[in-house]
Amino acid sequence: MSKTRIILDFQADSTEKPITCQLVRDYGLSVNILRAKIEPDQAGRLLMEVEAPRDALEKALDFLAEEGIGVRFMEKELRVDKEACVNCGACTAVCGSGALVIGAPEWELVFNAERCVACELCVEACPVRVISVNF
Amino acid sequence: MGERYRTYQEVNERIRERKAVVLTAEEYLSLVDEKGVSAAAERVDVVTTGTFAPMCSSGAFVNFGHSDPPIKMTRVSLNDVPAYAGLAAVDAYIGATEVSESRGLEYGGAHVIEDLVARRPVHLKATAYGTDCYPRREFEGDLYLDDLNQAFLFNPRNCYQNYAAATNSSNRTIYTYMGILLPRCGNVTYSTSGQLSPLFKDPLYRTVGIGTRVFLGGGQGYVAWEGTQHNPGQARDDAGVPLGPSGTLSLIGDLKGMNTGFLRACVFEAYGVSLFVGIGVAVPVLDSDLASSLAIRDHQIFTSVFDYSVPSRSRPALRRVSYAELRSGRVELEGKTVRTAPLSSYHKARQITGALKDWILQGRFFLSEPVANLPLEGTVKALDPKEVS
Repeated sequence: MSKTRIILDFQADSTEKPITCQLVRDYGLSVNILRAKIEPDQAGRLLMEVEAPRDALEKALDFLAEEGIGVRFMEKELRVDKEACVNCGACTAVCGSGALVIGAPEWELVFNAERCVACELCVEACPVRVISVNF
Repeated sequence: MGERYRTYQEVNERIRERKAVVLTAEEYLSLVDEKGVSAAAERVDVVTTGTFAPMCSSGAFVNFGHSDPPIKMTRVSLNDVPAYAGLAAVDAYIGATEVSESRGLEYGGAHVIEDLVARRPVHLKATAYGTDCYPRREFEGDLYLDDLNQAFLFNPRNCYQNYAAATNSSNRTIYTYMGILLPRCGNVTYSTSGQLSPLFKDPLYRTVGIGTRVFLGGGQGYVAWEGTQHNPGQARDDAGVPLGPSGTLSLIGDLKGMNTGFLRACVFEAYGVSLFVGIGVAVPVLDSDLASSLAIRDHQIFTSVFDYSVPSRSRPALRRVSYAELRSGRVELEGKTVRTAPLSSYHKARQITGALKDWILQGRFFLSEPVANLPLEGTVKALDPKEVS
């Protein structure tokens, strides 16, 4: 069992289908929706944390592909340009999930991707503009 | 002053002979832990301090050189950021917080300064009313830092000796120069390097005065004057360490010797542009009083948490905290545990103490005795309309 954050991109014609329900019921995924933007008849997007055995997750991903739903893994989405970062820590002020932390002894910014919920507050909190999120 | 250990002349002689014992502020604290203050004072000549934080009251004077035919510039912009040109023909001052006329709060004077230091081209536009001696009315073109005659940082207020910590008791997120403050005291931000910060280590400005040579933005600069809003009359503890915003420095230094590792433009969302300035001060261990103040550490330095949701110059203070508490990542506030976050980079501050130490050990940086001391008395005045008879 491992926790993974995935972003699902729906075409307008898919938003009527109970996709999340099927992921839970038919593929046994434990799903926690972190962010959602779905309007009827429009393309939509879901960020979810899923917990499942590896083979169940792979089957679920195959199902999503068949349904024409784009899947991206969250870890790849938030980017901190460590070279340009000044390690001030301003972003950690707004990071409620604990994905961005700074402290003793190194006082260098640490990004724990698995904790990120892509709330994007850090993007505007970063004074040197080195954090970007694609969601 | 207590027991005297060495003079400036002796320290500089030892630097010249490559015999000086130089420790960073953190190394000095470790030595004090191990051997005690007296032993550390006997052994150590110089302790290096540092800070790297957003300092809005910064900017640079530039001289463009004369065009042919010459122009007496009246309105000047650099990358669309207005610079003040109410000076001689081709002198201007670009303030760090001035914002772009085309890009708004995302780009400002601090970015122009960073672009210059990074040796990126900057676009100059100048207009003038034209005179017999300066007939030209317009000039436009790209230039680089090294094309300018002079370009020097002249920051009216840097290196605050202590600063407020910030929180927000209101029900909405607020955007401030202390960063994004979440509702219902959802976070606390603070901005000093605490036990590394120059003016905490010499709280009565005995070795930091007018003419003191400092590390500035990766190059060497000088203390030009007391900084604006210099407030030595702030309440202090028994060791002389102020309990809130107190002394400030006005600093000057050649932009051409600086680098973007220690001078960086920044933006505070919905507030505006500022400039991260890296500053380091080398404090000579002249006597036992300085040896003691150099041993001050985070749990002995206090500030207050102010409620920035109150739009008044007299914001309520919610509680007093030590920098050790702030640095732990959590403080107790209004009955709950609140996350804390720095705005000042302790990591960069540490790098500055190391870089300054290396300069001294290599004989590239000598200590200078203040030409005159900063005021030790006086407070900050408020802006209130005066009765005019």
